[in-house]
Amino acid sequence: MKGFKPSAPFLLLLPAFIVLAAVVVVPLLLSLYSSFTPFRLTKPETFFVFVGLRNYLSILANTDFWWAFGRTVLLLTIALNLEMLLGLGLAMLVEKATRGQRILRTLMMFPMMFSPILVGFQFKFMFNDNIGLVNNALQSLGITQDAIPWLIEGHLAFIAISIAEIWSSTAIFAILILAGLLAMPKEPIEAARVDGCTPWQTFRYVTWPFVMPFAYIAMTIRSLDVARAYDIVKIMTDGGPAGRTELLWTLVARTAYSDGRMGMANAMAYFSILLSIAFTVYFFNKLAAARTQIGAEW
Amino acid sequence: MDENSSARLKRRLLGIVHRIGLFLAMLTICLPGLWIVLSSLRPTVEIMAKPPVWIPQEISFDAYVSMFSGIGKGGIPVIEYFRNSLIISVTSTIIAVAIGMAGGYAFARYRFRGKSSVFLGLMLTRTVPGIALSLPLFFLYVRLGIIDTHFGLILAYVALNVPFTIWLIDGFFRQVPKDLAEAAQIDGCTRWQAFWQVEFPLAGPGIASAAIFAFLTCWNEFALASQLTRSVSAKTLPVGLLDYTAEFTIDWRGMCALAVVMIIPALTLTYIVQKHLVGGLTSGAVKG
Repeated sequence: MKGFKPSAPFLLLLPAFIVLAAVVVVPLLLSLYSSFTPFRLTKPETFFVFVGLRNYLSILANTDFWWAFGRTVLLLTIALNLEMLLGLGLAMLVEKATRGQRILRTLMMFPMMFSPILVGFQFKFMFNDNIGLVNNALQSLGITQDAIPWLIEGHLAFIAISIAEIWSSTAIFAILILAGLLAMPKEPIEAARVDGCTPWQTFRYVTWPFVMPFAYIAMTIRSLDVARAYDIVKIMTDGGPAGRTELLWTLVARTAYSDGRMGMANAMAYFSILLSIAFTVYFFNKLAAARTQIGAEW
Repeated sequence: MDENSSARLKRRLLGIVHRIGLFLAMLTICLPGLWIVLSSLRPTVEIMAKPPVWIPQEISFDAYVSMFSGIGKGGIPVIEYFRNSLIISVTSTIIAVAIGMAGGYAFARYRFRGKSSVFLGLMLTRTVPGIALSLPLFFLYVRLGIIDTHFGLILAYVALNVPFTIWLIDGFFRQVPKDLAEAAQIDGCTRWQAFWQVEFPLAGPGIASAAIFAFLTCWNEFALASQLTRSVSAKTLPVGLLDYTAEFTIDWRGMCALAVVMIIPALTLTYIVQKHLVGGLTSGAVKG
């Protein structure tokens, strides 16, 4: 025994640290630096000009940016809450099914297999004002005569995007909550029933506390991956009409790759990173709290 | 007797409500996908028809034929995209799961200082939105000359998947009681043997589900792939899908056909692995 002997967990985690440092941490330091420069893709020499906080100050004064920011937060709030509720409902429906559970589980995971970009195309197709399934169905059923401009009017476009987002991500909640329901020992439920609990009480005080960590795992996985809404919006409206569905991420992509203003885009990207971090830290704390509540070791 | 029959009636009614709810939920989930499959088999005239044609008059595989018939005939290099997607997704999933198993085991079984902070730190690297990460990666990859290569995307996807692979696998190892591995060690197993013969089989379904998640993430990823690949030599299927959109028109039928081609492998894989997914989670052996 001589020299430094690293501990087992350190060695086990080392590969993860190396990969993440190389692909995430170092590039992000680079982008942090370039957010203080007026770097443009077309003018490489601008990479070495330091302008301090100028990019950040002009972002803070930019109303388009703040609209995109607010819209992003609104979309996430609506989508995450509804996905959680619908996922819980779906998991309980599938858990109660006596026959064909395997095929139901497979069907339930169906939207998860769809690439977000595919979800975007699919809903763009379905919400098309002229040939889309939604308008065709509404007109054939005689509910409306007009072609509803789903993706052309700002508010409707926002609703269409939310629907696409919810459709694609409810499965993650459903499958993890279902895993929780199935892993749950049956004795406490039977005991609660024998003790005279109503079905609601059984759910609220026995099932839910057990399943909650699973729901928060799903929530955190989702909050890690909220930016996938970028793919959906990119395809469905590309931020239009007239910037009415512009999210933080589409704005970053536009500034970086269409306008070529990399420095500015990196500064904006830092806002989107901070937003994601805020969501994740919030749910991570909830998860830790839920775990201690059921007495799991943390 | 009366109470009995009313209870039976109530149960039957609840059963019917449950079935209707289940049916509606499954319909909502499946309808968009089925509509894509159907549209890929219909001629464009029928898709564009006004008033809509609900019942397909003719079914043809023209979209698939023209898709595989090469560039210039209305086709796009699907076979190359498919190959790229497969190589990139499988390689990065295997690497990410291997790294994730080591990391997940460390979190589930060892105590060390700053455990929660390290864990949170790992997760935070995953929160970086793909589009935000693509800015510096694009710049770096151009400099290193690995833009538009399989290697570049595999590297990025491993990093993308490692944090939540660790997360999931940690959770599943945690559900395997420590006592089992300790009992195996008392019976003469080394820690290494105890892991592979006791804990790994029990956590296997969880690891499988982590692998599904990782594979699907790679298979479906767009934000990074769209910026880090440019040509047929590395473009993946999600990026290839954009080949069907021209400036103002979209070839809906061709796009639907490619969508079906994209979904089939994901569907098959998920179906194969999902029977392991829940079976092991219902802790039969663990309780004893």
